[in-house]
Amino acid sequence: MSTNECYEMDHLSALESESIHIIREVVAEFKNPVMLYSVGKDSCVMAHLARKAFFPGKLPFALMHIDTGYKFQEMYDFRDQYAKDIGARLIVDSNKQAIKDGAHPSKLGTDKCCGLLKTQALLDGLEKGGYDAAFGGARRDEEKSRAKERIFSFRDDFGQWDPKNQRPELWHLYNGRVNDGESIRVFPLSNWTEVDIWQYIRKERIPVVSMYFAKKRDVVERKGVLIPVDKNTHLEEGEEVREVECRFRSLGCSPCTGAVPSEVRNIDDLIEELQQARNSERENRVIDMGSDSSMEDKKKEGYF
Amino acid sequence: MSSYKELELLRFSTAVSVDDGKSTLIGRLLYDTKTIFEDQIKSVQETCDRKGLQELDLALFTDGLAAEREQGITIDVAYRYFSTPKRKFIIADTPGHEQYTRNMVTGASTSNLAIILIDARKGVLIQSKRHAFISSLLGIPHVVVAINKMDLVDYDEDIYNSIRNDFVDFSSKMNIPDLSFIPVSALKGDNVVDRGENMPWYDGYTLLSYLENINIGADRNLIDFRFPVQSVIRPNQDYRGYAGVVESGVVRKGEEIVVLPSGIKSTIKAIDTFDGELDYAFAPQSVTLLLEDEVDISRGDTIVRPNNIPAVGRDFEAMICWMSEDPFDVNKKYIFKHTTQSFKGKVNELYYRIDMNTLHRQKTSALMLNEMGRVSVRTQKPLFYDSYDRNRATGHFIMIDEMNNNTVAAGMIMTKPTDISELPPEDTGV
Repeated sequence: MSTNECYEMDHLSALESESIHIIREVVAEFKNPVMLYSVGKDSCVMAHLARKAFFPGKLPFALMHIDTGYKFQEMYDFRDQYAKDIGARLIVDSNKQAIKDGAHPSKLGTDKCCGLLKTQALLDGLEKGGYDAAFGGARRDEEKSRAKERIFSFRDDFGQWDPKNQRPELWHLYNGRVNDGESIRVFPLSNWTEVDIWQYIRKERIPVVSMYFAKKRDVVERKGVLIPVDKNTHLEEGEEVREVECRFRSLGCSPCTGAVPSEVRNIDDLIEELQQARNSERENRVIDMGSDSSMEDKKKEGYF
Repeated sequence: MSSYKELELLRFSTAVSVDDGKSTLIGRLLYDTKTIFEDQIKSVQETCDRKGLQELDLALFTDGLAAEREQGITIDVAYRYFSTPKRKFIIADTPGHEQYTRNMVTGASTSNLAIILIDARKGVLIQSKRHAFISSLLGIPHVVVAINKMDLVDYDEDIYNSIRNDFVDFSSKMNIPDLSFIPVSALKGDNVVDRGENMPWYDGYTLLSYLENINIGADRNLIDFRFPVQSVIRPNQDYRGYAGVVESGVVRKGEEIVVLPSGIKSTIKAIDTFDGELDYAFAPQSVTLLLEDEVDISRGDTIVRPNNIPAVGRDFEAMICWMSEDPFDVNKKYIFKHTTQSFKGKVNELYYRIDMNTLHRQKTSALMLNEMGRVSVRTQKPLFYDSYDRNRATGHFIMIDEMNNNTVAAGMIMTKPTDISELPPEDTGV
């Protein structure tokens, strides 16, 4: 063995290598995979890893965005530009009927609104495309029910997850066998944490939506959460619009995504802020606040 | 300014029943390393208040599913994450009671280290032995025995020493390359993250400093180069790359290689990645290999060095862990998935099973859920394998039921003939 070789691997390289292996396994074993792309930071990292996995080839699957119509304009612009830049095929799907009927969390409540605009749109989109595998950027450290989900997570022919009856998953041997109509949701970022994601974005210089960084934004305060004011906001009586210097830690639909007060303007400061953070990433996500098992219930029905 | 620090990744598993304070130990590690956020503490605090508990119940941080919170038990393997300025940790947190074998084996399969928890009041019970046995069988290189609830035995050094001697005694015939002991109180926090003042007689590592400092660099097999091909990357006529993970060993540009099963030789022309070519690659890097010659290679083939090839064969012996509600059927054909190969195969003979309550071996004609047994296997086509104790990466497989596609078993290939030496000593303690 040569003496000047080094076989050490830091945590980001180890996570990267694991994720690339997972992504390649899916393409090797499934007929028709698709990658869910939500425009958020995790999606950006996942798409970047997929580019690495098949370099110098192009992505051997499409990116699919489930659009609720309530994303921030900046997210739409970023999405279209990014797909163009990396030469990826972009599919945008949505529950058009529900959008036409005016579905909004202020009318339906968050659970029902998510059910229609996200879960139903996703299940319909996957069925329409005939996909047998769908990549998602969820991480196990995000939420307690996700901590128990497999990397290859089986869905029955109704797209449903049964948390109590999951396939054992050992070493890095993934069982992707399905019958017609069934599918696998694949989570290549399962073992990444929020800090890992940002450290990797910095290391790899991956572009992300600028909403993750602070600037002065118009917001209203609801139940302690700063909700940005834009065309989708239904102002309630007595609510006052204020200008606050803030940023978003995670991105969702504008009526349900809260900002956090912050002065972070670059990625070094952002990582520093996270390492000091005393609250979890999803603290500002209104949709998790329904009950103790909001996410688990949504996931059983087919939500990511 | 925050600086990027390169951290080493350590994966470890924990098991043992709820009573022994496992959830409390993990809760303590997460709490004292400030991994748990204030909104999560608030939510647990509310639950504790509702239940009328006086102190914060750290175990509540580790319950994931609604059914678990309802029943107050842990059902499934949960993965948890924390980091310190020295390392990033992934915990495979497995329940010690229900489905213990299946979950412990799953958690152990990806771990470098196992924490075995012993209640200082109870000493070495069967569940600790079971965990040690599974850790040894799954080839976990480091085992640390945390002797817990020292606060309930007045932090008595003699009790610690006696449990330690018992454990060393019974585990002496197992394959545990690195065994350590730490006296702790997860409830009070002694020797978990902070040393505390109650055990001045102990001058070893605290649990966290042990996790931060043990050397795991030597755990990988960097000798035997094995590269099972995942897929062929062929964006145009001029580029033909073989994508995969270096499962073990090291490969260098310019080296001679041989492709299995064809036996065709060639030379490494390039080791390619998105970030540029490499002069060498090592386990467990994901890379793309390019060869000097046009060779017909597809998924399932394995690239190795001509003077270091794995066993090639359709017949081998293995220890399997049965993981399905459906009983194991000797006459049935299953799918055997091994590295990037999947073939039909069947178990020719079931030699014995391990009784997980006594760790004795027993003659049997069937394996039930959560049982382990020694078998001989025949596959439809040859596998390229190594003995699991030599190479964790190429010595394991899973069995899949062709009808319902479930993963029904996990197996470790054993090339040594069946004999008594791999078994733990006779157990009389229970």
